Amino acid sequence: MPGKDIICILCPRGCRIKIDYNVDNSSVSNITGYGCQKGLDYGLEELHNPSRIITTTVRVKNGELPLLPVKTERGIPKDLIFPVMKEISNIEVEAPVRIGQIIKRNLLNTGIDLIAGRDILKYNGDEFPDKKKKGAEAPVIE
Amino acid sequence: MIDYDLVVVGGGPAGLAAALEAKKNGIERILILERDKYLGGILQQCIHNGFGLLYFKEELTGPEYADRFIKKLSGTNIDVKTGTMVVRINRKKEITALNSKEGLLFIKAGAVILAMGCRERTREAVRIPGDRPAGIFTAGTAQRYLNLEGYMPGKEVVILGSGDIGLIMARRMTLEGADVKAVLEIMPFSSGLMRNKVQCLDDFGIPLLLKHTISRINGKDRVESVIISKADENMSVITGTEKEIPCDTVLFSVGLIPENELSREMGLSLDKATGGPVVNELRETEVRGIFACGNVLHVHDLVDYVSEESEIAGRAAAAYIRDGLERREREIIVERAENINYIIPQKISFIDREREMIKFFMRVKRPEEDVRISIADGENKKLASYKRDLLTPGEMLVINFPEKLIKDNTEKIKMFIEKERR
Repeated sequence: MPGKDIICILCPRGCRIKIDYNVDNSSVSNITGYGCQKGLDYGLEELHNPSRIITTTVRVKNGELPLLPVKTERGIPKDLIFPVMKEISNIEVEAPVRIGQIIKRNLLNTGIDLIAGRDILKYNGDEFPDKKKKGAEAPVIE
Repeated sequence: MIDYDLVVVGGGPAGLAAALEAKKNGIERILILERDKYLGGILQQCIHNGFGLLYFKEELTGPEYADRFIKKLSGTNIDVKTGTMVVRINRKKEITALNSKEGLLFIKAGAVILAMGCRERTREAVRIPGDRPAGIFTAGTAQRYLNLEGYMPGKEVVILGSGDIGLIMARRMTLEGADVKAVLEIMPFSSGLMRNKVQCLDDFGIPLLLKHTISRINGKDRVESVIISKADENMSVITGTEKEIPCDTVLFSVGLIPENELSREMGLSLDKATGGPVVNELRETEVRGIFACGNVLHVHDLVDYVSEESEIAGRAAAAYIRDGLERREREIIVERAENINYIIPQKISFIDREREMIKFFMRVKRPEEDVRISIADGENKKLASYKRDLLTPGEMLVINFPEKLIKDNTEKIKMFIEKERR
């Protein structure tokens, strides 16, 4: 009977969860080693549908920074991580960008969107763009 | 000379939280000095998620976590000078700083919060022999190049040290197309968080070689290979175990050191174990009205704790400015047993009937299982005891100690860890 070993990441204890399952109907026949209910849930999720939120960057045109940090709004199935990275590598956005803005919809038909992780203002030639923001003006020194 | 009630040195997560909390507690004239072009500190390059689970009860990336504080700040009258480097602070709370627009600045502060963060240990700090070609970076420098500036540091990578930044960079470099050959750790356990080990190494099949180190770096212009060796329990290389790994890049993730040049110059005593100033429970250094919080005080593993600690400092600075602190006649010294690496705070200086708990942040020296952390008074009478299943040096431990257990005549309390009796 095939089995899967999963290290639980929910707390520092790092329980080693061992799951035996039937290939035919993918039903779990035995699960051991988890330390709590949350760990049990985590183990089953990792068995049936392992997914990860991808965080990376995309290029920015005319921004005060060359890169925009982005993340997938939800976990991407683990086996799609590299195809999705490839897809994201083709994206370039034009500044300004607002945090939370959708950068790309429905990545590789997963139904999952790519989201901007910060504001990036348009580059205006100022060396210290932060000072242009409201409430952040430096006082003039006499 | 410019005059402020409060000057916060550093605009990272610690400085931002401290300044906002002081503002919330009624302080009007606050200035943040930040040497980078942007606020947010190291969070801006930590584009991965996992931040905020404790503080915001949701999972955020580093820039998102920073954005929450920066947005809050822009709705206040807190002044910010970015691109500004503080070069000196004296015990009279006079600050010398400089930037390229205003030149040299002299600032007088009613209170100061030190929030300068920490720096990475380098190859030189851990004395790895060999050539000195291009391609050798600290993990955080590589992270900045890759995530903020848009340069790929290399293609075939060996990482020394299993600290969190090293683990995060192993995944990040892999996602960007690099071949991460191995992560080496000289200790018999990973110093990073478990979730980072699983999600950054195991997910991508990157081997973690415990009790291993780099014994030589080879390369003329660019790194060509590293020689790795097994290490014994004294962290010495075992000869005869050498193996060569071809690579073009070596990343060092071998620990962080609180950045305390300014503190040292003003003569603050530093705790050897934390690398940061000695502080009381309100994060006040030995100079009254000068506070320290965040990684300049001790290296935290979660930014959530940095925010929490910085709010303590921010509130305390506000109370100091308003003259609202009640000091104990004698400070209570916090002692620790041998297997505890450090405890923050190192002393208790104030009387505060309103607070229910004093929070201790601490780290153990080595992993401990099924233990009890106990706090005793000067006569070795046990005051409180906390059961823990597992303690590791990589995970900071938080202990809430009830204020009411402190008697007026208490001179010291001592913390120790003992095996739980079954």
